Amino acid sequence: MTMVDWARAQFALTAIYHWLFVPLTLGLAVVMGIMETFYYKSGKDFWKQTAQYWQRLFGINFAMGVATGLILEFEFGTNWSNYSYIVGDIFGAPLAIEGIVAFFMESTFVAVMFFGWKKVSKGFHLASTWLTGLGATISAWWILVANAWMQHPVGQAFNPDTMRNEMTSFLDVALSPVAVDKFIHTVLSAWVLGAVFVVGVSSWYLLKQRHIEFANKSLKVGAIFGLVSSMLIMLSGDHSAYTVAQTQPMKLAAMEGLYKGGHNQSLTIISGINPFNQPDYEEQDEPPFKIGVPYALSFLATHDFHGYVPGIRDLLDGYTKPDGTRVLSLEEKIARGQRAITTLQAYRQAKKEGASSEVLTELSGKIQADMPYFGYGYVKDRSQVVPYIPVCFYAFRVMVGGGCLFILLFVLVLFFLYKKDIMQARWLLWGALCCIPVAYIVSEAGWLVAEFGRQPWTIQDMLPTWVGVSQLGSQTVMITFLLFLVLFTTLLAVEINIMCKAIKKGPQL
Amino acid sequence: MMKWLRNTWHLYYDGFRNMTLGRTLWAIIFVKLFVIFVVLKLFFFRGYIKEHAHKGEEAEFIASKILDN
Ligand code: HEM
Repeated sequence: MTMVDWARAQFALTAIYHWLFVPLTLGLAVVMGIMETFYYKSGKDFWKQTAQYWQRLFGINFAMGVATGLILEFEFGTNWSNYSYIVGDIFGAPLAIEGIVAFFMESTFVAVMFFGWKKVSKGFHLASTWLTGLGATISAWWILVANAWMQHPVGQAFNPDTMRNEMTSFLDVALSPVAVDKFIHTVLSAWVLGAVFVVGVSSWYLLKQRHIEFANKSLKVGAIFGLVSSMLIMLSGDHSAYTVAQTQPMKLAAMEGLYKGGHNQSLTIISGINPFNQPDYEEQDEPPFKIGVPYALSFLATHDFHGYVPGIRDLLDGYTKPDGTRVLSLEEKIARGQRAITTLQAYRQAKKEGASSEVLTELSGKIQADMPYFGYGYVKDRSQVVPYIPVCFYAFRVMVGGGCLFILLFVLVLFFLYKKDIMQARWLLWGALCCIPVAYIVSEAGWLVAEFGRQPWTIQDMLPTWVGVSQLGSQTVMITFLLFLVLFTTLLAVEINIMCKAIKKGPQL
Repeated sequence: MMKWLRNTWHLYYDGFRNMTLGRTLWAIIFVKLFVIFVVLKLFFFRGYIKEHAHKGEEAEFIASKILDN
């Protein structure tokens, strides 16, 4: 494995582990807020203790997850120093805001939530509980803004003097369509996971015939919250796919295994893509044994059943959009990228030699014109710009399949709660419990789609991974990879252990 | 103002004193922060550019890395 592979593997490992902690925090934040609101309205101690129970689990998860994201920032600075330097100006603002907001909101409101039950008024306590969740959600916003910018770099211009992408519009960066979609979809995914967790844990109490009233009420809240979130995530996922089609069509083509595009495209339900090998997208017209929903991909990507969706080969060869605009072929993009690199070299040389400002302005204008293709200047062959299809394709199906499964779960739980006796449906209770790990897998699959689909770019079209990395020995990165593997696995084992103990202990009703 | 400060102090002071599970969680947080900031930051993740480029010449350093090969 090369240095780039190790650096990517390390980033993936730490991001995946980090994401094991985050969604439950965001999801439980809403659940505990709902429970405490019931307490505020009804004044019944039952709801207070129910809220306190979910807050305790929230606290455990929060404590375990806090600061795990910092490691990603360390990796930027060490393994991905070229990338990190180039984006420094853009990322600085969102990440600094994130740090400050998170610190102040979390250190004040979390403290009131845990320590303030007897010290502050009911209303103030309730507000603190909701604000704890809001603070965590706002933190997520800024991180996702940074991620979205890498997928769709907007609101910036490259400065050839500083060699940095500099922010030209904070609002364009903070409210780019990719950032908005990502935020909504990610937060909803966390809510779904939180709901599955609440439903699963409550089902366990019913299976054990313990804390029946608590478990029943929590099941109701969890299943209703989960059902609403799951329906909304379908809508937001649909919109995310539309945005991906506009901004990262290669990602969509990889998710769909769409080698040759066209009008009236069907959405693949399943096909026989080999999970362990990049398929031959250059020769095959479509994956073997493809079963699809007619016209659905065209609709998803263009909001028109007959819309044109480019496939991988179209994207490599160049094509004309229905509105007449031509999308460059890979060769043309490479030529533009190489021109951007040589013009940048010329600019820097001219600057050193004290060239006139007219010369520099002219060169700078040329750089800006070719900058959107800068990264292609480093591409040597077609296969380098095609993401690894099996991961994108199957992870997308795991995510969407999981979303459908959770809707079924929440509907069944509500049906048995309201129309039948859920205590008798032990298969359902077991199923709900088993869905907890499934929710984590589904949620991680979402990130696999988003991040594998972005390859080979650290910044879409502008900086490929092999240019973004530092010149370190692969040995060094391998050592820290193994270190992280041990550290995070230990942390996860400790979390599961403490969490299970707290669940076994149950609410103090 | 003084009353507010006193109340805030008591909120944190009593809160920390009466923690049960919280003690374990804080211990974990401190160990984690120690590992992150002392072990990882100082020994493994010191920042590539800081270590390799002269102060003020970072742009030149990056240009040499990404333009000259
Ligand atoms: C019909 C259902 C769904 C559709 C159509 C859908 C679609 C998508 C798409 C297109 C992306 C990539 C977005 C990008 O790269 O910018 C994505 C990412 C993601 N999905 Fe889904 N999704 C669905 C359900 C779910 C469910 C049920 C979960 C988890 C409970 C989930 C979790 C995620 C996560 C965590 C990401 C990464 C963050 C992001 O890029 O937004 N998705 N989804």
